[in-house]
Amino acid sequence: MTIIILSLNTQIKLSVSTLNVQECVDWVISPECGGIDVFIGTVRNATKGKAVVRLEFEAYEKMAVKELEKITQQAFDKWPVQKVLIHHRTGVLQIGEIPVVIAVAAAHRDAAFDACRYIIDTLKQTVPIWKKEIFEDGEVWVAAHP
Amino acid sequence: MNVNILAFGIAKDIFGGPSVSLDLANDANISNLKYLLEQQYPRLKKLATYMVAVNNEYALDGDTIHERDEIAIIPPVSGG
Repeated sequence: MTIIILSLNTQIKLSVSTLNVQECVDWVISPECGGIDVFIGTVRNATKGKAVVRLEFEAYEKMAVKELEKITQQAFDKWPVQKVLIHHRTGVLQIGEIPVVIAVAAAHRDAAFDACRYIIDTLKQTVPIWKKEIFEDGEVWVAAHP
Repeated sequence: MNVNILAFGIAKDIFGGPSVSLDLANDANISNLKYLLEQQYPRLKKLATYMVAVNNEYALDGDTIHERDEIAIIPPVSGG
């Protein structure tokens, strides 16, 4: 399933398909912007020294999109940014694949860096998306237990 | 009233499926719901924390539940 929220300055997508970083950059680039900050999350091959085989992402899609919209709105309220894009994967991801891309374009770099950092940090705290780490000998929902 | 509760992530494992139905008093709030669920599914209490969402928004313990609300259990999120 793919959900796309499109406005002139915001794009949010949840997708089971491979994310395309260049498409993300192309969407936020604009003549009035002097800088684009891009955060790309990638699937790491180990957690706390233990080999990870793959990750599985699940989203409460309707609510996740709503929460992502709130975060993008907050970014526009806090910093002079021109365009914000968030793409997030769901489903099964192999090592090295990309679960998340955040791209922010602004007239000047400080706003782009700060907003991009804020978006990924807040996404990890509030957006109802979950990842399960699959190991050779078991699986764990990340952050579920203290 | 009878409500249907959606489960995601580890909550789905705890409930043994993507949703459960529960009988609640007509004026029940989130805290009543959590109490009943924790009686039936004690593993919920072992989670680092969990939230309840009503109609796609995080709810507070004192919020009242209505019959047709979309209720979901939100275990600790781990996107990104």
